[in-house]
Amino acid sequence: MTPDLLRLTDVTIEFGSPKKPIRVVEGVSFSIGRGESVGLVGESGSGKSVTSLAIMRLIGGRVVQGRIEFEGRNLLDLPASALPEIRGRDIAMIFQEPMSSLNPLMTVGDQIGEALLLHGWRDRTKRRERTIEMLRLVGIPNAEGRLGAYPHQFSGGMRQRVMIAMAVACEPKLLIADEPTTALDVTIQAQVLDLMKTVRRELGMAILLISHDLGVIADVCERVVVMYAGRVVEEADIRTILTRPQHPYTRGLLRSVPRRGHEAERLYQIPGSVPPAGSIRQGCPFRDRCELAVSRCAEEMPPMFRFGPSQSAACWVTAAAEGVTQAGAAA
Amino acid sequence: MTALIRAENLGKTFGATGGWFGGGSDQVRAVDGVTFDVDAGETLALVGESGCGKSTLGRLLLRLIDPTDGTIRFEGQDVTRLSSAEMRMMRQRMQIIFQDPFGSLSPRRTIGQIIGEPLEIFGLTRGRRARRDRVAELLQQVGLPPAYMDRLPRQFSGGQRQRVGIARAIAVNPAFIVADEPVSALDVSIQAQIINLMQDLQRDAGFSYLFIAHDLAVVRHIADRVAVMYLGRIVEVGPKRLIYDAPQHPYTQALLSAAPEPEVDTVSRRIILKGDVPSPSNIPPGCSFHTRCPIAQEVCRRDRPPLAQVAPGQLAACHFARPNPIPTGNAA
Repeated sequence: MTPDLLRLTDVTIEFGSPKKPIRVVEGVSFSIGRGESVGLVGESGSGKSVTSLAIMRLIGGRVVQGRIEFEGRNLLDLPASALPEIRGRDIAMIFQEPMSSLNPLMTVGDQIGEALLLHGWRDRTKRRERTIEMLRLVGIPNAEGRLGAYPHQFSGGMRQRVMIAMAVACEPKLLIADEPTTALDVTIQAQVLDLMKTVRRELGMAILLISHDLGVIADVCERVVVMYAGRVVEEADIRTILTRPQHPYTRGLLRSVPRRGHEAERLYQIPGSVPPAGSIRQGCPFRDRCELAVSRCAEEMPPMFRFGPSQSAACWVTAAAEGVTQAGAAA
Repeated sequence: MTALIRAENLGKTFGATGGWFGGGSDQVRAVDGVTFDVDAGETLALVGESGCGKSTLGRLLLRLIDPTDGTIRFEGQDVTRLSSAEMRMMRQRMQIIFQDPFGSLSPRRTIGQIIGEPLEIFGLTRGRRARRDRVAELLQQVGLPPAYMDRLPRQFSGGQRQRVGIARAIAVNPAFIVADEPVSALDVSIQAQIINLMQDLQRDAGFSYLFIAHDLAVVRHIADRVAVMYLGRIVEVGPKRLIYDAPQHPYTQALLSAAPEPEVDTVSRRIILKGDVPSPSNIPPGCSFHTRCPIAQEVCRRDRPPLAQVAPGQLAACHFARPNPIPTGNAA
């Protein structure tokens, strides 16, 4: 097995005052290999965005426990002064709304150029060439002519392309994309997802794609981590998740999506709603909405049980039903 | 079946001629020559991407905005000719559910006041007591505890808010409901609850929905028929099964293929369109889709194709649409 590019171990994040902390992420562990594409799926309040921001050390909350290792170095131990070098060069991030990450007063060419300059591209001509190359890679028509254009002169889909160009200009080893296509129309979303796959292939980088949409994740990712109420509840390769999910939440999530060939049936609905952040201190956070819950679920948080070489899930009931006793995350 | 509502050559142009600074026209043709029916008890879904005019069309039908041209017949009556007072009374029959039901409502009013308001306006209940009883009944119908009527909007989650929005819409026993992206802002597990609720209520009360959405999986689930809009025009309309299994317009084909589904081995069939949707203030001549169409020819740049029948109940506006053999089984 190749060593992981990124490994999160038992990461716990709290917001609020230290006296009355609100735990929004608890004991999250997963890893991403070099060049691998991993999806982080969950609904609002699942902690998926907070987790991804913690990797970049961009959150207001406190990581009170755990390690976030990038190429073996714990990012949580690094001094703040070491962060700019990692952000952008090693790990880059794109968000749902590109306009909030682009400077409206700077031309697109200058913004990508600035990112390059910060990471050691001193030669102006080379910077310009690289900027054009990146804009071409992401499919901006007439890339050279668009260097002087401002963000508002681009459509939503084109802005997201510019963001991707800026993010990947320094060839990061990991691109974190937080709901990158949620604000886009479906035909434009298809273009951007296609672009992410192309860029990943061309530059050989790893992708962590955060999304509420399992369809989007199925399109781009090889492996999926499912989060619910601040915890990882299941992890597996994409095919296994779609065909043999083991956690009742993952099963419910998949069954509540309207699917081809099942139009006449009533949609499966998970009863109730996601518990408020930090409200569940004991037991499985899904138990109140779970059809399979037994008394043990209210008392003890299940560990991640290994259901197969690439699959693990945190459920007492399905583990017992499948005769799985071995705890520990999937390889 | 009889048409409950019929739009004919409906059009809406926003903006005045000759802009503030003179020169070019700032007109946006948001809806252009749209003709369609919604039958009693059916769900017609209106799909398309942002800026295609689907929300404008929904608001035109209720005359929340007035059309520039065309007519709307509701139960045979031309509502475009009604005075605003007459139209207000007509709204007892026609309601709307928004994506964010509280976006336009006062945050200081209780849920009971919000749902009770249409009852009061249309004189459907006499006295405070009767109104509270009816609100309690409505809350139960949408799956909320009646005790919630004294709560304020901010105490509700997204799914609960949408339940309140639905309760307010059905309070007046409408025949027609425009649902504008009612589940788009909701999490998947909550979305399923609301879709089921909307279907249950329709089954019980028999009203029609114009279901405006961009999520094609949701539409496939809820619709009886589907109309596809592009730049203000309907480019294809027909029974759900024909639209999904045998779409004839290249835009419909691309739109359906672009929607990612949580299933294995679906990626290969994707048609990726080049470029962006043109601005509705500058609609391309001829077929407005020709700038992005993978099969466009010279004729498409010149002549606008009419919406013509390709199968029973299925119409498509494409020069190259062929009569559609009725698909059997799992044609895709």
